[in-house]
Amino acid sequence: MIEIRNLTKYFGAKKAVDDISFTVNKGEILGFLGPNGAGKSTTMRMITGFIPPSSGTAVINGFDITNDPISARKRIGYLPENAPVYPDMAVSAYLDFCAQIRGFSGAVKKQKVEEIIDRCFLSDVRHQTIHTLSKGFKQRVCFAQSILHDPEYLILDEPTDGLDPNQKHEVRLMIREMSADKVIILSTHILDEVDAVCTRAIIIAGGSIVADDTPAGFRARSPLHGAVSVTLQDTQPAALLACLQPISGVKSAEIMNDSPLNLSIRVVPENKELPIANRVMSALSENNFKIKSIFVEQGRLDEVFRTITEN
Amino acid sequence: MNEAVVNIRAIFKRELCGYFSSPVAYVFIVIFLLLLGFFTFYISNFFEMGQADLRSFFSWHPWVYMLMIPALAMRLWAEERRLGTIELILTFPISITEAILGKFLAAWAFIGVSLFFTFPMVVTVIYLGEPDIGAILCAYVGSFLMAGAFLSVGVMTSSLTKSQVISFIVAVVICLFFVLAGFPPVTNAMADWAPLWLINLISKTSFLSHFISIERGVLDLRDVLYYVSVIFFMLFLNGLVIRNRSAS
Repeated sequence: MIEIRNLTKYFGAKKAVDDISFTVNKGEILGFLGPNGAGKSTTMRMITGFIPPSSGTAVINGFDITNDPISARKRIGYLPENAPVYPDMAVSAYLDFCAQIRGFSGAVKKQKVEEIIDRCFLSDVRHQTIHTLSKGFKQRVCFAQSILHDPEYLILDEPTDGLDPNQKHEVRLMIREMSADKVIILSTHILDEVDAVCTRAIIIAGGSIVADDTPAGFRARSPLHGAVSVTLQDTQPAALLACLQPISGVKSAEIMNDSPLNLSIRVVPENKELPIANRVMSALSENNFKIKSIFVEQGRLDEVFRTITEN
Repeated sequence: MNEAVVNIRAIFKRELCGYFSSPVAYVFIVIFLLLLGFFTFYISNFFEMGQADLRSFFSWHPWVYMLMIPALAMRLWAEERRLGTIELILTFPISITEAILGKFLAAWAFIGVSLFFTFPMVVTVIYLGEPDIGAILCAYVGSFLMAGAFLSVGVMTSSLTKSQVISFIVAVVICLFFVLAGFPPVTNAMADWAPLWLINLISKTSFLSHFISIERGVLDLRDVLYYVSVIFFMLFLNGLVIRNRSAS
């Protein structure tokens, strides 16, 4: 368990992080979201003990990062922003160095390095000097470093930054696979990523937490959540509106696109929790409208993100 | 304790490999030897002196160190800061002291290797005459200690900045002060106006005045203590700088 207690950080007179507290439990993957400069990286740097907090602390597995940093760091794997690695070292030599720092030696060390090279798909570049690698490979080398000692606590600052879509998928898969017996905190500003991997998300803006919820919970906050979008063929907008608006539970119906072939309409319910899709469907089929597609909106994270962070 | 040794060794190994995996090591050793040879043979006229000792060789060490060691030390922390790898090294389960010692010892060992390659000088005097081997050994030990003091200044200035150039210049200036404070032309110039106790005090802080008996081959415990305490003080400052660095 990671407990963040009233973390605050001043840079000069500027308050970068303002009294943040939260707890993450085993099995959770916490997404850390926020606009640039919101304090995500600063918070992560304080959790890993890279920069001392102005006040407050982080407790990792019972070890206070400000009082007992070594014991706390032993349990943490950390991928800093931009994945810094030594450019003049070969991949395997670098991982060997990291394994040594993590307290492995002899045959166990060798085995750990082999294992991680395999898991992170680095076998093709193992003898290459790091500065000859592409951004994606560097990112993977640094990621490999963070999970080499199979830490219980993983702090990942933008783990998929600079990766191509396949590599992104691969890394997300790895994170999900590992999550069962770990506490994982990852920062990102890719909202799809929150959907794809996180079990919970915290949004911070201006240095403080503005929202803490599950991805589904965030979506439910969207004004679109529960709305029914329908596309029809050869239909007059007026006739359609006349058919849909009287349905009980419908707050409004809005024409999105009225080209003669494809008429799109979005029907918003009065109460997000009471589904209206059935009633819309039956009203449409009673009147013999030609339905091309129909689906229930889940809500859009980017919209929710914008409303939360801009207020 | 054992853990500390393991951690220091890991950092030590990485830094030393870092020197040898780039041209830095080879350029450094070659220039170091060329400079020492040039000064010893052409400025001090080693052969014409007709003495079977290495005073004319050792007396140049402080000057060569002053220029070369800051160049060797400048990358130790500045490079980590520039690359951002400092964020990893300081979040590894090792203490700042272990990181500093690993880096310092690696660079010091590298200087030791460079110093070792001056052995043809020793072979030459043994071939030409009958030098006091013990005195030569003492001078080597003393010179190595002094190199550690120069190095500790360079490591400290390297932790102050992201820029290797700034680190180099600041280190050279500090080293220049430490050397000049005991350089006879400077102390003589001061003798006209400064009180004697001040001149004594300043020249006592100099690397040069503690090297005078060493270059003659006498290893005085006070000189050893002096260099060791300079190293401790500078590395301690280095630790303070790293601990209180601004986030970058």
